[in-house]
Amino acid sequence: MRAARTARPAASRLVLGALAGAGALASGCALTATAAWLIVRASQRPEETALAFAIVGVRLFGITRPLLRYLERLVCHDAALRMLGELRATVYEHVIPLAPARLHAYRRGELLAGLVADVDAVQDLWLRVAEPVAVAALVSVFCTSLAAWLLPAGAAVLAVGLACAGVIAPLAAAACSRRAQERLAPARAALTTATLDLLRGAPDLIAAGAARAELDRVEALDDELDKIAARCASAAGIGSALAAMGAGIAVWGCARVADSAQRVGHLAGPTLAVVVLLPLAAFEALAPLPGAAVLLAHVRSAAARLFALLDEQPAVAQAAITQPLPQGPYTLALRDVRARWSAAGPLVLDGVDLVLEPGRRVAVTGASGCGKSTLGALLLRFLDPCAGSVTLGGVDLRMLCQDDVRRVIGHVADDAHVFDSDLRENLRLARPDADDARLVEALRRVGLGPWFEALPEGLATRLGQRGGALSGGERRRLALARVLLADQPIVVLDEPTEGLDPASAQAVVAELLDAASGRTVVMLTHRPEGLDLVDEILTLTGSGRLRPAPAGLRPADAAAYQDAVAARAA
Amino acid sequence: MKPLDPRLLRHAAAARRQLCVAGAIGVAGAVLTVTQAFALADLVTRPLQASGAVRLRGPFIVLAAVLAARTVLAWAGEASAYRAASAVKSQLRRALFRRVLEVGPVRQDTGSDGDLATLATRGTDALDGYFSRFLPALITAVVTPPAVLTVLATQDPLSAVIVLVTLPLVPVFGFLLGSAAARRNREQWSTLTTLAGHFLDVVEGLTTLLVVRRATVQVAAIRRAADEHRRATMATLRLAFLSSAVLEFLTTICVALVAVAIGLRLLSGRMDLRTGLLVLILTPEVYWPLRQVAAQFHASGEGLAAAGRLTQILDTPAPAPARGAGLPVPDLTRASLRIEGLSVDYGRARPALATLDLRVTPGEHLGVAGPSGSGKSTLLAVLLGFATPSQGRVLIETADGVSGLIDLADLADLDLDAWRSQIAWVPQRPWFAARSIAENLRIARPDASDEELDQALRSADADRFVAALPGGTSFVLGEDGAPLSAGQRQRIALARAFLRDAALVLLDEPTAHLDPDSEQVVAGAVRRLARGRTVIAVAHRPALLADADRVIDLGLVTAGAVG
Repeated sequence: MRAARTARPAASRLVLGALAGAGALASGCALTATAAWLIVRASQRPEETALAFAIVGVRLFGITRPLLRYLERLVCHDAALRMLGELRATVYEHVIPLAPARLHAYRRGELLAGLVADVDAVQDLWLRVAEPVAVAALVSVFCTSLAAWLLPAGAAVLAVGLACAGVIAPLAAAACSRRAQERLAPARAALTTATLDLLRGAPDLIAAGAARAELDRVEALDDELDKIAARCASAAGIGSALAAMGAGIAVWGCARVADSAQRVGHLAGPTLAVVVLLPLAAFEALAPLPGAAVLLAHVRSAAARLFALLDEQPAVAQAAITQPLPQGPYTLALRDVRARWSAAGPLVLDGVDLVLEPGRRVAVTGASGCGKSTLGALLLRFLDPCAGSVTLGGVDLRMLCQDDVRRVIGHVADDAHVFDSDLRENLRLARPDADDARLVEALRRVGLGPWFEALPEGLATRLGQRGGALSGGERRRLALARVLLADQPIVVLDEPTEGLDPASAQAVVAELLDAASGRTVVMLTHRPEGLDLVDEILTLTGSGRLRPAPAGLRPADAAAYQDAVAARAA
Repeated sequence: MKPLDPRLLRHAAAARRQLCVAGAIGVAGAVLTVTQAFALADLVTRPLQASGAVRLRGPFIVLAAVLAARTVLAWAGEASAYRAASAVKSQLRRALFRRVLEVGPVRQDTGSDGDLATLATRGTDALDGYFSRFLPALITAVVTPPAVLTVLATQDPLSAVIVLVTLPLVPVFGFLLGSAAARRNREQWSTLTTLAGHFLDVVEGLTTLLVVRRATVQVAAIRRAADEHRRATMATLRLAFLSSAVLEFLTTICVALVAVAIGLRLLSGRMDLRTGLLVLILTPEVYWPLRQVAAQFHASGEGLAAAGRLTQILDTPAPAPARGAGLPVPDLTRASLRIEGLSVDYGRARPALATLDLRVTPGEHLGVAGPSGSGKSTLLAVLLGFATPSQGRVLIETADGVSGLIDLADLADLDLDAWRSQIAWVPQRPWFAARSIAENLRIARPDASDEELDQALRSADADRFVAALPGGTSFVLGEDGAPLSAGQRQRIALARAFLRDAALVLLDEPTAHLDPDSEQVVAGAVRRLARGRTVIAVAHRPALLADADRVIDLGLVTAGAVG
C-alpha cells in the first residue's frame, strides 16, 4: 500500500508509541494478575516475605500503566502530526503541476476541502488503525504466553476468545459497515439533493404553490433513508456482540479449565485466581479494533481517490531544455491553435488565430462554455495546444519555463484567491521585496484607495476566511494590484464582470482597464459591459474559432449601448 | 455544551425514547456486572475453601448466563443506538424542512443553503457516536457506581466508606484538569484554527499562486505551518493527556487503598477470601465508568454541536410570515393594484423599501428601475407575500362593472395560496430541480398535458434547444439547471410562466446575466407573455424597459420624487 510509505518521517516514533501502548496495557494485565495472586496468597496467611515480591509488582504496574499510556499518546500524536505535515507537503508538490487543468473536477471549494480531508484520512491509517492493531497483537501474545506458563489449556481457551474478539469481530464490523454504507449511500445522496432542492427552491416552490408536494417528496425520501438505516442498525451491533462473545468464551473457558486443573491438583489456589481473572483484563486491548477495521475501509477509499489524482498526467509538460525569456516588448501570437482538455475530449478551440501587439486591448466574447477560459488557460500556459502554436516574442511558450511565461502574462480572475492572511502578505505574494509604500501605491492605482483608507489596521488587516470576505469587485481589484506589483506587461482579464450588477460592472471594467493602461489586455467576457473601452472585439464561435464580432457589437456600438443604459437609468 | 441537550430531547421524540432504552440497558448492565463479580468470586474461592470436589455447577451456569446476556446487550445497545440516531436525524430534518417552508424565502442567519443541507444530512451523522458511545457511557456512569457501592456496603462497609470518600476526587480533579486544558485550548484556539486551515487555504489558492509564481515556495511554507501546528497542538495535548493520566493514577491509588485494607484483614484472618475477592473485582467498576464518560465526551461533541445548530434554528422565533385572513381573492384580470405608503424594514441599516405609492391597472406593463438596494426585489417580495410591510398596504381594487362601486381588499387579509395562484414569477436566477425538464415545467402546473408543455416551450422560444437535447423534455437536468446556458434557463423559467397562465406576471431582472443575443430572445418571449396580462418587470437593461408602458425608478421615487 502506497499509503504505508507516508510513515517514513516518523516510523521510529510510531514504533516507540506502539511499544509504550502495549506496555501500558500489559501493565494493566499484570496488575490484575499480581493483585489476584496476592489476595488469594494473603488469605492463606503466609510469612510476609512471601508476599514482598508481589507487593512490589502491584506498586510497579500501578505506576507504569498510566505513565506508559501517557507516553504512548504523546509520542503517537506527535508522530501522526509529523507525518501529516510531510504528507501534505508531498501531496501539494505532486498537485502543483496538475493545477489547474487536472484539478478541474476539484475546482469547487467543497471538493478541494474533500481533497484535504482525504489527506487527513490517509493519515488516520497509522494513529487509528496500525497502532491499535499492533498494540492489541502484542498484548494478546503477552497474555497468552503468561497463561501458557501457568496453564497451557487456559492459554488455548484464551487464544480462541482473543481470536473471536480480535479478528472475527473487527472483520464482521467492517463487513457490516461496508454493506450498510453501500445501501445507505444512494439513499443519502438522493436525500441530500432533494434537501438542497427544497432549500434553494423554497421561493420558487412557494410562489408556484408547489411547496407541499415537494415537501411530501423529500419526506418520502427521508422515510426511505430511515428505513434502510433501521435495517442496517441491526447489523451495526454484530461486531460488539462478537467481541463480547469472545471475552465471554475466554472468561468462562478459563474458569472451566482452571477448575478442572485444580481438581486434579495441577493448579495452586493463587495461580487459579490468576488464570480466572487474567482474561477480564486481556480484552481491554481489543476494544478499539472493530472501530479500526471500519476506519480502514475509509482510509482505503480516501487513499484510492488521492493516488488516482496524483497519478494524473500534467496538462503541461516542462521542456527538457528551456529557452531564456526573450526581451520585451512582447507580441503574443496564436497560430492555428487547437486545444482540448484531455486526450479523449472534444476540441474546444479549433483553429484560433490571434496576434496581440504590445499595448493592444482586445475583448473576446462568446456564450458561456464556448472556450473563453480555454483560451485564457493557453495564454497563461495552464494548458498546451494540441496543434498550432502560442508564441511570446517569437518564442513558443512550450520552450519557455512556466514561471517565465507568468513573469510576462498576468491573470485577473473572478475567483482570484484571497489568502487567510493580512493584506500585506496577500499583496507581497506578487512581489516579495515590495515595501509598504509600493503596496499602497498599487492599491490606489486599482481604485482601492478609499477602501484602504477606511481600514483601521491598514496593511495588517486580515483578509480571507477568518478576516471576512471581499466583494467581487474588490477581489478583482486586488488581483490586478498583484499584476501591477509583479509588473506583468500582458494581462488576461477573466470574466471581470461575473456576479456584478450592470452598473458596478461597467465601473469595475473601466477602472481595471484604466489601471492597466500601457499594458496588453485580453478581456474574456460574456457580457456587454466594458466592450466600449477596448480596441477590438472578437467572438468565439460555437465551433471553436475566433471571428470579428458581428455588426452591432463593435466597440462603437457597445458605447452607444452603454449610453442608452445610462440615459434610461438617468 | 450540555451532555444531555434538552432541546434535542424536545425536538426529537426518538431521542427521548432512546434515553429510556439506553437507561434500561444501563441498569441491566449494572446488574450483570455485579452478578458476574459474585460468580467469579465463587469460582475462584470455593475450590480453595472446601477440601475435595465441590459442586460448582451453579456459579458456572450463572457465569455463562451473564456472559451470554452481555453479548445480547452489546448487540441491543448498539443496534438501538444506531436506530435511534437515524430516527432523531430524520425528525430533526423534517422539522427543519417544515420550518424553511413556513418561514419562506426571507431567511436570516441560518447560513447558506449548501451549509444547511450538509448540516441536515451529513452534519448530524456524528450523532451516531453520541447515541452509540457517549449516551451509554453517561448512563453507565449514573447507574453503575451507586449500584456497585450499595453492594459493597452490604458486603464490606469499610471498603464502601473508602470508596465513598475517595470517589469525589475523580470528578473534582477531572474538572480542575479539564478546565485547565480547556483554558489552554482557548488561548491557542486562534493560532490552531489558522494553522489547521493553512493547507486548505494554500490548495484553494494554488491557481493564484501559480500566476504569481509562488507555488513552489509554498512547499516549505506548508512544512513550516504543519510543524508549528504540531508544536501548538502538542502543547495543548500534553496538558489534556496529563489530566487523564493523573485521573487514571488517582483511581489506581484509590483501588490500592481498598486492596491494602482487604490484604491486611485477610492476613490477620478478619475477612474471608470470597468477600475480599468480590470487593476487589467490584471496586474498579465504581471508578471506571466516570473516566469512561469523560473520555467519550469529546467524541460526542461534534454530533451534539450539529444537532445544537439545527435545534437552534428550530428554536429561533420565526419572523411571522404573512398568513392572511383567508378572504377570497378578487379576479386579478379585472383588478388594479394600489400600493399605499408601502415600507419594508428588515431591521438593517436602512429600510429595504421606503414609502412607495403606486397604482397598476389591469393589463398594464410596468417597468421598475433603480439602483441596487432601492427595493426593487423587495417590492416583488411583498407582492408575493414573502415580505410583510412594516408600514402601508397593498390594496386590490375591483370596480363592479354594473353598479360602478369600487371594492377594496387588503392583501394582508387574503388567502395567500389563492393569491399566489394568480401570479407567475420569474426570478433573477430561477431554480431548477435535478429532474427532467418536463417535471421542472410542471412545478408551475402539475396537471399540464404534454401538449401544453410543448406550447409553453414554443411561446418561450425554448422549443428548439429542448428538442435538440437527448430525450427532449424528458432530459434530466443537473444541479442548477446544468448544462443549460443562462439564457436557456431563463427561457425555461418563462415557459413556466406561460404554463401558469396567470393574470399577474412578476419579472425580476430576467436578462441581468445574459449576453446581448440571449437578451433579445428573452425580451421577445417576455413581450409575448405580457399580452393580456398585468406585468411588473424589474429591469436594468433597455431591452426590457423599452417594452414597458410606463417606467418608475425606485431610486427617485423613494428619494421623494414621484415616478
